[in-house]
Amino acid sequence: MEQQQTYNYKVVRQFAIMTVVWGIVGMLVGVIIAAQLVWPVLNFDLPWLTFSRLRPLHTNAVIFAFGGSALFATSYYIVQRTCQTRLFCDGLASFTFWGWQVVILLAAVSLPLGLTSGKEYAELEWPIDLLIAVVWVSYAVVFFGTVVKRRVKHIYVANWFFAAFIITIAVLHIVNSAAIPVTLFKSYSAYPGAMDAMVQWWYGHNAVGFFLTAAFLGMMYYFVPKQAGRPVFSYRLSVVHFWALISLYMWAGPHHLHYTALPNWVQSTGMAFSLMLLAPSWGGMINGIMTLSGAWHKLRTDPIIRFLIVALSFYGMSTFEGPMMSIKTVNALSHYTDWTIGHVHSGALGWVAMISIGSLYVLIPVLFGKDRMYSVKLIEWHFWMSTIGVVLYIVALWIAGITQGLMWRAVNPDGTLTYSFVESLVQMYPYYFVRFLGGAIFLGGMFVMAYNVWKTAAGAKPVNAAIPQVAAH
Amino acid sequence: MNEHDMSLFWHLWVVVLTLGNIAGIYWLIRWTSKRRPGEVAEGAEMEHVWDGDLRDYNNPLPRWWLWMFYGTIVFALGYLTLFPGLGRFEGWLGWTQENQWEREVQRAEAQYGPIYANYAKQDVAALAANPEAVKTGRRLFLNYCASCHGSDARGARGFPNLTDGEWQWGGEPDTIKQTVLHGRQAIMPVRGLTGTLTDAEVDEVVHHVLSLSGRDADAGKAAAGQALFMAQCMACHGPEGKGNPMLGAPDLTNDIWLYGGGVEDIRKTISQGRQGLMPNFSDFLGEERVHLLAAYVYSLSQH
Repeated sequence: MEQQQTYNYKVVRQFAIMTVVWGIVGMLVGVIIAAQLVWPVLNFDLPWLTFSRLRPLHTNAVIFAFGGSALFATSYYIVQRTCQTRLFCDGLASFTFWGWQVVILLAAVSLPLGLTSGKEYAELEWPIDLLIAVVWVSYAVVFFGTVVKRRVKHIYVANWFFAAFIITIAVLHIVNSAAIPVTLFKSYSAYPGAMDAMVQWWYGHNAVGFFLTAAFLGMMYYFVPKQAGRPVFSYRLSVVHFWALISLYMWAGPHHLHYTALPNWVQSTGMAFSLMLLAPSWGGMINGIMTLSGAWHKLRTDPIIRFLIVALSFYGMSTFEGPMMSIKTVNALSHYTDWTIGHVHSGALGWVAMISIGSLYVLIPVLFGKDRMYSVKLIEWHFWMSTIGVVLYIVALWIAGITQGLMWRAVNPDGTLTYSFVESLVQMYPYYFVRFLGGAIFLGGMFVMAYNVWKTAAGAKPVNAAIPQVAAH
Repeated sequence: MNEHDMSLFWHLWVVVLTLGNIAGIYWLIRWTSKRRPGEVAEGAEMEHVWDGDLRDYNNPLPRWWLWMFYGTIVFALGYLTLFPGLGRFEGWLGWTQENQWEREVQRAEAQYGPIYANYAKQDVAALAANPEAVKTGRRLFLNYCASCHGSDARGARGFPNLTDGEWQWGGEPDTIKQTVLHGRQAIMPVRGLTGTLTDAEVDEVVHHVLSLSGRDADAGKAAAGQALFMAQCMACHGPEGKGNPMLGAPDLTNDIWLYGGGVEDIRKTISQGRQGLMPNFSDFLGEERVHLLAAYVYSLSQH
């Protein structure tokens, strides 16, 4: 049967192309709202263009549309290649592609209309939540079905991370989205008060931990050793940091709710476990970067390797920053400031986007039967635009956030607050401009990528590689 | 929920899960560090291969990384001993966010309280002439009042201008203090006192109100409106429309308009009513700080 002798690259291609498309859309919305913070007139007094409605559109588009498509593409590719078998159930795999695109389109319509459940990173209303659940369970069936029929005895480390990600996201999404529908477009959370806040941030932080960390580590564990042509640094380290990461992450959510109505004991455990997350997080970084040992020269010659390694560096930086920010005394300064936004973007742009971009530059030529991308020079350009963009962004928001934190707590000799809120806002203009500029440069890089992908794929014949028939061990 | 309200079951649940997870991590590290019989040499490639060329080395856990991991575990255990975290266990330090807040408030009161106590001994009008007191009052104003009344205290639609010497509730120093301390609630009823004004009658009252401040108005309608005004509006605004600070009824003769002075704005005010709310600051700021705020507000219209 010819079908069973090739890998299913079709669904991988579809998701890979949409990763680029949604990356541009999601980041464009981000740049627009960054511009609105500098020039508020840019909302044109239209309700559906206000910051409050576009902001959730931006976060949903970059996390779930861009990041999600990148994860579907790479996990489907990696699980086939490392299990040496075709993806389980082509029809269901195709359904996950179209289903996920429908979810994204529904989000793109409903969020600007102001339909929201009000839960950060889980704003979509209940009918869309149901569709997400169905698509996600189908994803699990395709992924685990493929793992089950693998022709390789051991399961490759990348697949551990994808497996943990798929199972956990299903649990998080279903539990956090539990709601009582009132109309087709409106529902209320099933949980009351502080408990709702806790469930929300248990979800929110694990969305970071499993969607934006574990899954992208899966991507990293395939594309870094592939592109470097070197074995993974340490199998033992993979084992320790995998289990430590997934068990410790589960506890970290309460650090989003320091000094709130949440009971003291939950806040403290949240902080203690967040600090213990430092080593397991760095385990992934070490395993990735040290994989390059013996091939360091490739950093000079191969911009794709540079993308992957710089992504790991940003990963290491933000996973150091995160535990530090979870310490109550640090959090008392950083909470509610733009430092948090900067921290998120050093993870989202520096780690998530850059590891995805690097991986796609490896993946796309393979899917279209080419040796390499149309232009290596343009990858080089993209690399520098991304790096400069993200550095401008996070440095601006570090300064902005610390300035805000210090201004809000400054006290006069008579005990009054030195600055009113609006004075701290006025101080933000230069930093908000630099953040807009950094974001715009990063987005510019995505257009360079789109052109490069277009020139690589246009006219190329899509290929579906043959599955080696020799059993591996 | 307070720590003390936790049942024994949930207490043990939290303790066992928390310590169990930490112990599990410790065991995991020890177990993975151990060499197994038949294992390839340290630093050599493991025997598995995936996708043609993916392999991994059997390198040991980096020592510095391992010590960092142990360090954070020790810190976490120490932290959970000193601070509340393990279910009902309150921690050796007895710290809670509530008692931290109370300590900080006490410290602030000890440090700053005397300043305000001293000011409280002087009357509002005297403080309004004291530049230091006005400066502190202004800082309070910018943080607690400016969001409605504006940084320059000139107000906005629905929020009175505090600099023009016109007062909805009275501008005596002690009256201002009462306003800030206990708040105010003003109600403009819908369609007159009895709620019966028709659209045509509302139109006539609008013209009468316009004429009160000498603005262009249809004389015929204004005359008809005057009779309606006497029946429906006079009780609060007075026969001449001069208002009544006891009731928070604005003066209609000074051409100052809290909800806008356009014809349609006035029509809306009469036909739909208005509700004004000044919040009460007695609990939030305490009387001594309100005293100083009143002095600042009073000073705004004194030159």
